Amino acid sequence: MEYFVQQLINGVTLGSIYGLIAIGYTLVYGIVGMINFAHGDIFMVGAFVSLIVITALGLTASTGLGLTILALILVLVISMIVASVYGWTVERVAYRPLRGSFRLAPLITAIGMSIVLQNYVQISQGARVKPLQPIISGGHTIMRRVDANGEFLVQVSNMQIFIVVITFSLMVIFTLLIAKTPLGRAQRACEQDTKMAALSGINVDRTISLTFVLGAALAAVAGLMFLLYYGVIDFFIGFVAGVKAFTAAVLGGIGSLPGAMLGGLVIGLIETFWSAYFSIEYKDVAAFAMLALVLIFLPQGLLGKPEVEKV
Amino acid sequence: MNAPALLSVSQVETFYGRIQALRGVSLDVHEGEIVTLIGANGAGKSTLMMTICGSPQARSGQILYRGHDITRTPTHQIMHMGIAQSPEGRRIFGRMTVMENLRIGASVADPSHFDRDIERAFALFPLLKERRNQRGGTLSGGEQQMLAIARALMAQPRLLLLDEPSLGLAPLVIKQIFGAIRELNATQGLTVFLVEQNAHHALRLAHRGYVMVNGKITMTGTGVELLGREEIRAAYLEGGVH
Ligand SMILES: Nc1ncnc2c1ncn2[C@@H]1O[C@H](COP(=O)(O)OP(=O)(O)O)[C@@H](O)[C@H]1O
Ligand SMILES: [Mg+2]
Repeated sequence: MEYFVQQLINGVTLGSIYGLIAIGYTLVYGIVGMINFAHGDIFMVGAFVSLIVITALGLTASTGLGLTILALILVLVISMIVASVYGWTVERVAYRPLRGSFRLAPLITAIGMSIVLQNYVQISQGARVKPLQPIISGGHTIMRRVDANGEFLVQVSNMQIFIVVITFSLMVIFTLLIAKTPLGRAQRACEQDTKMAALSGINVDRTISLTFVLGAALAAVAGLMFLLYYGVIDFFIGFVAGVKAFTAAVLGGIGSLPGAMLGGLVIGLIETFWSAYFSIEYKDVAAFAMLALVLIFLPQGLLGKPEVEKV
Repeated sequence: MNAPALLSVSQVETFYGRIQALRGVSLDVHEGEIVTLIGANGAGKSTLMMTICGSPQARSGQILYRGHDITRTPTHQIMHMGIAQSPEGRRIFGRMTVMENLRIGASVADPSHFDRDIERAFALFPLLKERRNQRGGTLSGGEQQMLAIARALMAQPRLLLLDEPSLGLAPLVIKQIFGAIRELNATQGLTVFLVEQNAHHALRLAHRGYVMVNGKITMTGTGVELLGREEIRAAYLEGGVH
């Protein structure tokens, strides 16, 4: 029981990170109908920028908790801005010129952009894994059991709390942005009918750019959280995390915002429980197998779009 | 009519790939007029409406609106200049509520007039007020058409483009919609450019009309004149094409 609760906490932490990345896949798919394969690499760039800024600020575990959190929010903002510039540029350079050409073309440039970003980071930052010492220490014991086998504790670390709180707050802010603001309305209008959106005076190109920017900013948040959670990153993390987040988006129903968040949680939980009860070596296989199963048996996903009723 | 036209289309040619849909179309719409364009299915009427809005753009010819050349202006900018369209097929945002559809329509209007404009729209089509929190996709065809017109009106246009607002609707609903168009024109002086296959209603409503055949304007005159012409009666009114 205690072991189960501990895995649940870990799974939710990981799942919230996947959910953040999945939002970017789903939004871009919704509005331009393509899978942005470079999105996972934007997440990776976000993780690297976070590491560079943390190092520059000289943050360590001995920095006070309050100061650490303030500094991390600064890291977050810088990383979001830099990743947004990357996301914007990728759309502008690689996707916009191909809009309206055959369907495979943007897919091919997307894979190309993914390789470009990986190689660029590999060359500029080196190919070896980059470690980060834990900078948020401490935690809380929420369950405790002593038996013949010894003592077992269920713990939530301060870092997990930080990750989950920031991630969920951003998801709420973001959901409100899409549901309530003129920008969100324009975004949904373009997603439903680009031509009519333009006929209503909405600048479709700008809305698409903003969608890439928002997706990239959320991926950068996920990048920082991933860095804090695992403590090591390399230029290839975007591929594996990207495929998992993509799976999350498909599982939730590609194009659906709540679906992406739910899908992220489910994938995080599956991965964590799979590692805990079966085999940690095959944890990535679980996610890939899930993708195959979803595509075969539930292609519209858990919260797939309701069909528009036609009269 | 010697004053410069509000909208002036001259020698416009539009293509879809290699298919030519408009073959040198010229027409004028003056401030305060209701002008109709009639023609059989496939004549190029919707293409002209969309070309005026820059989607697709004309390959040659010129479109002047209030004296500005808008032939190469991006669609969203044209809509900011006081042109609004209720397009063919209505194109309601099906997963948005009636209210949200109207807010989208108001994207280009002065936000401080929103409350006043929404009250006007609801006064024109009271049904929409009852349905305001319902999703667009769940409305009936007639309600969707009213919403499409109301959405266009929320932009506070000087020129309203209507593409076949009567298509597929019951006679009573058509009457209501045409009544609303007449009222907007009479009370607010709104200029209306109306595309119709339903020539009888359209010609009776409009001050002037044009007839389009195969991407060309073949006839023009006042509504009454065109209604009286034998070839119009044969082709568009009495068991003709439509
Ligand atoms: N998106 C399109 N792609 C290719 N051809 C089109 C397209 N839209 C219309 N057409 C063609 O252009 C011609 C004019 O169509 P349209 O403007 O819709 O006529 P109308 O509105 O008078 O019925 C038709 O021959 C039609 O097949
Ligand atoms: Mg048409």
